[in-house]
Amino acid sequence: MNREQLDARRLLCPMPVIKAQNRIASMQPGDELDVICTDPGALNDIPAWARINGHEVVESHQHDDEIRITVRVGA
Amino acid sequence: MAQQHKAVALISGGLDSMLAVRVMQEQGIEVEGINFFTGFCVEGHTHAIRNQDKNKPKRNNALWVAEQLGIKLHIVDVIEEYKDVLLNPKHGYGANMNPCLDCKIFMVGKAVEWVKEHHKDGFDFIITGEVIGQRPMSQRSDTMPLVSEESGAEDLLLRPLCAKNLPETKPEREGWVDRDKLYDFHGRNRKPQIALAKSFGLNDFASPAGGCCFLTDKSYSDKLVDLWQARNSRDYEMDDIMLLKVGRHIRPTPEFKLIIARDAGESKFLEGYRKQFASIYSTSHSGPMALVDGDLEPEQYQLAAAIVARYGKGRSADEVELSLTIPDRTSLTIKTAPMETQAVMQEWYV
Repeated sequence: MNREQLDARRLLCPMPVIKAQNRIASMQPGDELDVICTDPGALNDIPAWARINGHEVVESHQHDDEIRITVRVGA
Repeated sequence: MAQQHKAVALISGGLDSMLAVRVMQEQGIEVEGINFFTGFCVEGHTHAIRNQDKNKPKRNNALWVAEQLGIKLHIVDVIEEYKDVLLNPKHGYGANMNPCLDCKIFMVGKAVEWVKEHHKDGFDFIITGEVIGQRPMSQRSDTMPLVSEESGAEDLLLRPLCAKNLPETKPEREGWVDRDKLYDFHGRNRKPQIALAKSFGLNDFASPAGGCCFLTDKSYSDKLVDLWQARNSRDYEMDDIMLLKVGRHIRPTPEFKLIIARDAGESKFLEGYRKQFASIYSTSHSGPMALVDGDLEPEQYQLAAAIVARYGKGRSADEVELSLTIPDRTSLTIKTAPMETQAVMQEWYV
C-alpha cells in the first residue's frame, strides 16, 4: 500500500476535489491519499466525490483551519 | 447481444441536466457526468468566504446531483483553456461578459474529446439538459444546431428534454434510444421540468436564479471590465477572478483599487493574499482587511487609509491608526481621520 500526500491549502472548492481526482487517477486500488486543505467545503465535496467514484474516505480531521482527509483508492 | 451504448452528460448541478440523465437512465442507458470548472462557476468558491453563507449547505451541486443519480462525475479544470473563450468569443457576448454560445460550443467540444478518449469503454454520445428557447443566446432554435456543428459533436449530441423539437440524432436513428420517450420542452416556462422531476420523485434540486456563471452577473462583469481597463490588458489569473467575487471594490484613482472585506469571513480570505498585494487594516479599532490592487504611491497612502478607516468601527472617531504593508517594499503605521461617508464618491464604486 502506497501513501501519498496532496497539499491543497488555500485552494477553494472544487479545486481540492479536482487535484485529488487527478492524483488518484495515477494511484493503485488500496493506496491512500492524504489531502490537506483549508476550504471547509472540501469536508463535503471530497467525501461526495469519493462515494460516487467508488473510493472511500477513511479519516477526516479538522485542526484549527487545516483539514486533512484521507481517501483510500477504490478498485 | 445488442451493444450497450453509454452517454456522457454535461452536468451543471441544475435541474435540467439532472432530468436529462434520468430520462436516459429510464431507457437503460448508462451515463457518466462531466463538469467543467472555468473559474467563473458560481458553485464552490464563495461557499468558503462570506459569513452570511455559513448556513447554506456547502455542497457542490454537480457532485450532489451525480450522487442522487448514482452516476460517476468527472470534474475537469479548464481555467487556462477557457481564457480564449472569454477573451475572444467568436459569437460575442450576451447581456454582460457572458460568452454563452462559445462557452457551450467549447464545453460540448471538450465532451467530444472525452468521448473519443473513452470510446473503448462504450461511450459514444453526449447529452445535455438544454431546452430550446430557454436561454437567449445558447439555447435558441438557430444556435442549438450551431453548437452541434462547431463543437464537432454533430449528430452525437442529444438533448433529451427537447429532442422532439430538433432533427433526429444518431442515437435516435440507430435505435440506441427511443425518440418517442424523449421530450419536446421549449421556452422559459419551468413547469414541465418541475412536473417531470416530480414524476421521477426528485424534490430537491438547485435552481440558481442567475444561472451558474458569474459572467452573467452585471456587477461581476463590470468589475472584470474595470480590471482590464486599469491594467490596459485583457488578461487574468485565477487570483484576479477570485478577488472579483469578494468585498467592496473602490477605485478612487485610475492607478489603484481597494478591495475592502464586508465581513470577518472576507477579511480572513483576503488575509491569504497579503504576500501578493499591499494590504491595509485598522490597528486602533476593529475593521475590515483591505487589499490594494495596482500601484499605490506614497502620496496616496493617506487617501487609501482614510477610505479603509471609513468601513471600520472607528468610522466616527477623530483618528484611526492603520497598518499599511506593501510586500518587499514597506510596512508602516498611518494615522488618519476616517473619510466621511459622503466623501466616498459614488463613481469610485466599481
